[in-house]
Amino acid sequence: MNLPGLYIHIPFCKTKCPYCHFYSTTDITSVDVVIASIVREMELYAGEFDTFDTIYIGGGTPSLLTVQQLDVILSGVHKHFLVPPDAEITIEVNPADGDLAWYRSLKDLGVNRLHLGVQSFSDQALTFLGRRHRADDAFAALDNTVRAGFDNFGLDLIYGIPGQDLQSWRKSLACAVSLSPPHLSAYQLAIEEDTPLCHSYRRGSFDIPDEDASLSFFLETSAYLERSGYHHYEVSNYAASTSRKSRHNQKYWDHTPYLGIGPGAHSFKEGKRWWNHRSIEGYLKDLALETTPVAGDETLSREELRLETLFMSLRTAAGIDLAAFRLKFGEDLPKERHAIIQSLVDRGFIVVNDERISPTTRGLAVADQLALIF
Amino acid sequence: MSNMDYIRNFSIIAHIDHGKSTLADRLIQHTGGCDARNFQDQILDNMDIERERGITIKSQAISLPYTARDGNTYNLNLIDTPGHVDFSYEVSRSLASCEGVLLLIDAAQGVQAQTLANLYLAMEHDLEIIPVINKIDLPSADVERVIEQIDSELGLDTDTHLKCSAKEGTGIEDILEAIVQRIPPPTGTPEAPLSALIFDAQYDSFRGTVIHCRIMDGVVQSGDIIRFMYGGATYKVEEVGHFLLSRQKRERLSAGEVGYIIAGVKTISDVRTGDTITLENRPCDKPLPGFKEVKPVVFASIYPIASDDYEDLAVALEKYKLNDASFVYEKDASVALGQGFRCGFLGLLHLDIVQERLEREYDQSLILSVPSVRFRLTLKDDTVLYVDNPSHYPPQMDIAKGEEPYIRAAMMMPERYLGAVMKLCQEKRGMNSSLSYPGPGRAELIYEMPLSEVIYDFYDRFKSVSQGYGSFDYELIDFRDSNLVLVDILVNGEKVDALSQIVHRDRARACGLQACERLKEEIPKQMFKIALQAAIGGEIIARTTISAFRKDVTAKCYGGDISRKRKLLEKQKKGKKRMKMIGNVSIPQSAFLAVLKSDTD
Repeated sequence: MNLPGLYIHIPFCKTKCPYCHFYSTTDITSVDVVIASIVREMELYAGEFDTFDTIYIGGGTPSLLTVQQLDVILSGVHKHFLVPPDAEITIEVNPADGDLAWYRSLKDLGVNRLHLGVQSFSDQALTFLGRRHRADDAFAALDNTVRAGFDNFGLDLIYGIPGQDLQSWRKSLACAVSLSPPHLSAYQLAIEEDTPLCHSYRRGSFDIPDEDASLSFFLETSAYLERSGYHHYEVSNYAASTSRKSRHNQKYWDHTPYLGIGPGAHSFKEGKRWWNHRSIEGYLKDLALETTPVAGDETLSREELRLETLFMSLRTAAGIDLAAFRLKFGEDLPKERHAIIQSLVDRGFIVVNDERISPTTRGLAVADQLALIF
Repeated sequence: MSNMDYIRNFSIIAHIDHGKSTLADRLIQHTGGCDARNFQDQILDNMDIERERGITIKSQAISLPYTARDGNTYNLNLIDTPGHVDFSYEVSRSLASCEGVLLLIDAAQGVQAQTLANLYLAMEHDLEIIPVINKIDLPSADVERVIEQIDSELGLDTDTHLKCSAKEGTGIEDILEAIVQRIPPPTGTPEAPLSALIFDAQYDSFRGTVIHCRIMDGVVQSGDIIRFMYGGATYKVEEVGHFLLSRQKRERLSAGEVGYIIAGVKTISDVRTGDTITLENRPCDKPLPGFKEVKPVVFASIYPIASDDYEDLAVALEKYKLNDASFVYEKDASVALGQGFRCGFLGLLHLDIVQERLEREYDQSLILSVPSVRFRLTLKDDTVLYVDNPSHYPPQMDIAKGEEPYIRAAMMMPERYLGAVMKLCQEKRGMNSSLSYPGPGRAELIYEMPLSEVIYDFYDRFKSVSQGYGSFDYELIDFRDSNLVLVDILVNGEKVDALSQIVHRDRARACGLQACERLKEEIPKQMFKIALQAAIGGEIIARTTISAFRKDVTAKCYGGDISRKRKLLEKQKKGKKRMKMIGNVSIPQSAFLAVLKSDTD
C-alpha cells in the first residue's frame, strides 16, 4: 500500500471567484486562530496517521499566508508526522501574491512543488473569471518560481470561457507551453451549483460551449499538449514526464488513504470517508473542545467502492488495473463483460490488454458514462 | 323485519370535483356513522389513489341511521357512485338501486357536462332528484346563476334546490330531511320471489367476494341457495348484512334494503355488476332490466421492466383482478419486451389507475405499450377480425376493410371557447356536429369522433383549450369505415413492437414523427448514435437520431469531489436499471409513456 497523503485546506481568499465552490471566506480576521487549530487538528490525528509522503496545501488561497504562518503549519506537520525526505510538498499559489523573497522562503520551508492558479493568459478571460491577477502577474509568478529554484511546478488553465474560441484557447496553450511548466492542468469551466456564476448562468447572462464544442476543446487540448511533449495522464492533467505527475492527486484516484485538515477538508482511510465542517465557526468550536471537527462520514459499501474505483480509474490514462480489480471485487471484467468491452474497443473508447482497460482520449471525454457501463 | 317506509335509498351524483365525497363524509358524520375522532376525510374513497386524485373509482354503500324531525328513525342507504365517464355503466347500476339522488352542483362552476349526463341517467331511472348547490362558502360562488341554470339547463323546479357547504358542514341537516321527505321509500314485495340487483362487489381476503346488492323483491338469508341469472352459477349464502362503517351481519335482507351477501364466491369476476340474484328453488320470472356485459374499450400490454419480474407481475395481476371485475387480461409476448400481459380497460383513466395501483400497491415496475382501441377488420376472404393488439395486425394486403369504433362526445363550455374546441374536434376527425345553447353564454357541442382519437390526449387538450371550463362526456356508438395502417417504431433498426400503433393512414406520418420525437426527448444519450424510425411495412415515414455522448466527464475530481460525484453517478445508474434494453439501446420507462402524451405543451 502506498503511503497516505496529507491535504491542508486554507479557507481564506482576498476575493471570491464566482465559479469556485470550494469553501473559503474573505474575512481574514481569524487566520491565526485557524492556523493554530489546523496544527491542533493534526495533533488529534497523530495516532491514526504517522507518515505522509505527499503534502498538499490548497484552498482557498494559501499564498495569502506569510512565511511565518506557513512555517507554523509545516512545523506542525513535522512535529506530529513523519515526512520522508523525498516527499512531494505542494502549495497552491495565486499569481497575484508573493514576491521573489516569499517564493525563496517557500523553498527554505521545504516546499518543493508549486501549483500556480494562472487560469488564463487573457485579461478579458481573467476578468470574467473574477481573478484578481492579470496576465502579466502570471508571467512574473512563473519567473519567480524559476528564479527561486523550483523545478517542479504546474499551471492551472481554464477553457470553455464565454467568448473563447478554439483559436484563442490555442494561444493560451502556446503561451503556457512556452513557459515549459513540468505540469499542466486544463479544466473545462464547470458551472457548479450555488455559485454566483451558476446564478448568472441561470439568468441567461452568458452561454457555455455545447457538448460538441466542449469535445473540440478537449480533443484540441489533448492533441496540442501531447504534441508539445506532455502526457495526458488524467482527464484534466498533463505532465512533461512520469516523475512530474502530481503524486498527491494520484492518491485520490486509487483509494490511497489521505488525511484532510482544515475546514471542509475530506479524508479517506480503509473504506471510510469523512469530512470537516464547512464553516470556520463549526471547525473552531469542535477543536476548542478537543474533538476532531468532523461534520459527517460514510463507510463505503463494496458496491460504492467498486463504482468509485471504476469512475476514478477511468479518469486516468492508465485505466483499470484488472488484477487489482479482480482481487478487490472478484470480477474478471474482460471475461464477464466481454461483449460490451469489445463494442467499446470497436468504437474507440477504450483499449484493452492483459493488465488494463485504458480509456483512449475520446474515452476520457466520456469517462463518467464509461464507468456506468461496467 | 324492517319496514320499507323507514328506508331511503339514494345516491349522490355530480360532475367531478363538485364535492361528492366531501358531502358523503358530512352525511356520515352528521348521522353519527362515525365520530369525529375516527373521522378520516372522505371515508368512502378508501383507496389512497381515490383520495389523492379526488375521484371515486369504486362504488361504495353505507347505511346511515337518521332520526328525522318527525321523530322516526330512518335507514338512509347512500350508494356512492364512481365519478368518471369510464365507469358510467357502474353508475347506472347504482342508480337503478335507488329511489332518489342528490344532484350536487358546484356553486362556482355551475352545471357541467357530467351534471347533465348524470341527471339524464337519474331521469332514465325515474328517480326523485334533489338539486343541491355545494361550496356556497367559496368567494367565487354564484348561487343565483346556478339557480338560473337549474331552471334553464336542467329543467328542474328551482324551488326544489338546497344549499350547502360540505366543507364547512352547513346545510347538512336540511339535506337529510329532504332525503326523508322527498325521496320515496322503496317499493317491493317481500313475499315475492327474490330478485336482487348487484351494483358492486368487493374482494375480502378472508370471506371471498362480498356482493353489494339492492333487494327488489323477496328475502334472502343465510342458507339460501342463490342463482345469478346471467352468470348462471349457484351459491349457498353464508352471510347477509348491512353496510355501516363496517359490515354488520343481519338475519336476512328483505325487499327495499341495500346490503351485502357473502356466498363463497371465489373471485370477483364471477360476479357481474347488473346481474340479478334470485333463489334457486323459487326463482323470479325474469332478470331485472339493464344488464350489460362490461366490455373493455382500451387495450394495452404491460411488461415488467426486468423480465425476471414476470412471475411477480402475474401474481400481482391475479391479486389485482380479484378487486376489479372490469379489468381483463391475458398472456402476451413481445419480441422487444419479452413476456407480458394484454389488458383491457374501461378507458384511459381506468388504465392509469390500474397501472398506478400495480406500481404502488404491488410494487411493480411496468412498461406499458401504446394503448389501442379494438378495430374491426374484414379480410379479403370475408373473415371478420377484431384486433386490439398491433402485433396481431394482419398483413395489409389481406385486409379488405378496416373499421374503428366511434363515440358520441358531448361537451359543455362557455361560449367563448367554442371556436377552439371545434377546431380540436375537427383535428380529431370529429363529424356530424350539433350545437345547442342550454343557457345564456353556454354551449353544448356534440361530435361523433373515433374513440382512438379520444383515448390519446383529447381530454387533456380539451381541458387546456377550454381553460378548464369545459366538461366532457361520451358514449360508444358504432364501428365506421377507416383507412387503417400499422405504424411500427424502430430503434437502431430493431422494431419495438410495444410502440406499434394502428392508426388512420392520414395520421400515420404525424403519429410516427411524434413518437420518434418523444422518444428522442426521453431516451438518454448513449455511447453511440441511435436512429429512431417510424415505418409502415418497409416504408420509413419518419426518422430522427439521438447523438452519442460526446463529452461527459467532470473537469475536477479531487478529495472533496469524490463522494458527491459518486452519488450523482449512482443516481444515473439507478435510472439505468429502470430501463429496458432493446438491442443495445437502454430505453427508459418514461419513453414508453411519453409516446402517448399530448403534443400541446
